[in-house]
Amino acid sequence: MSDENGFSQTFEITGRDFGKAGTVSTKIKEILQEIGIDQGIIRRAAIAIYEAEMNVVMYANRGTLTLRITPDEVNFTVQDEGQGITDIEMAMQEGYSTATDEMREMGFGAGMGLPNIKKNVDKLGIASIPGKGTILELTFYLNEAK
Amino acid sequence: MTLREVKELLQAEVIYGEEYLDMEIEFAGGSDLMSDVLAFGKPGILLLTGLSNAQSVRTADIIEAKAIVYVRGKRPASEGINLARKKGIPILSTQYMMYTSCGLLFKHGIPGVSTLQEKKE
Repeated sequence: MSDENGFSQTFEITGRDFGKAGTVSTKIKEILQEIGIDQGIIRRAAIAIYEAEMNVVMYANRGTLTLRITPDEVNFTVQDEGQGITDIEMAMQEGYSTATDEMREMGFGAGMGLPNIKKNVDKLGIASIPGKGTILELTFYLNEAK
Repeated sequence: MTLREVKELLQAEVIYGEEYLDMEIEFAGGSDLMSDVLAFGKPGILLLTGLSNAQSVRTADIIEAKAIVYVRGKRPASEGINLARKKGIPILSTQYMMYTSCGLLFKHGIPGVSTLQEKKE
């Protein structure tokens, strides 16, 4: 929906549904292209939200991804109900992974998700309660080139 | 090198996208690990992979790959092919294994995306 502060839309992500994994990111990339967001930002955002979506599919029961666009930034809040992250500092390290074989067969779960996300965003917020879930906040500034 | 020349070099079958065979391929990268592809992929890349699920096509779309070559005779399922058609990403399949496929392309002048430079003796 749109108001004077910008545009926002929320998408549902289903946990463990590997068949549909990635569809939300593909849809959002199309929306950003229709709106005419800078190509470089779309590229970075698409990679980051795809990794975030895969994390929800792999590690959570369900989640939501909310896209907000204001004149200054594109912002994504990815919130899930799932196992959460016990050690965020470790999860931010490349190669650290708690993935199962099923996740690895999908081509994910190599401990690159959060590091990849961090590399692509302008600002990253992360909060997690083990056993409850995780919230990621990804921000991309529209008026500052990275 | 055009995608048609890639097809001939790798003796590949075109699974989707005959109409794209004249596109120019400038560089390539190969991995079965989609997180690595997301990390090293650059727009315009030719993606070689042995991962044939729909995630490989989705990842190619996300990184704006020009085309996908499946190695070891792998073929994507219909879901992947449908997505490739929707996104206009041509798909080839070669019987060569990953190492040989990459080696042949590299030998014929297609560089990778590594920033590391080869040491000169």
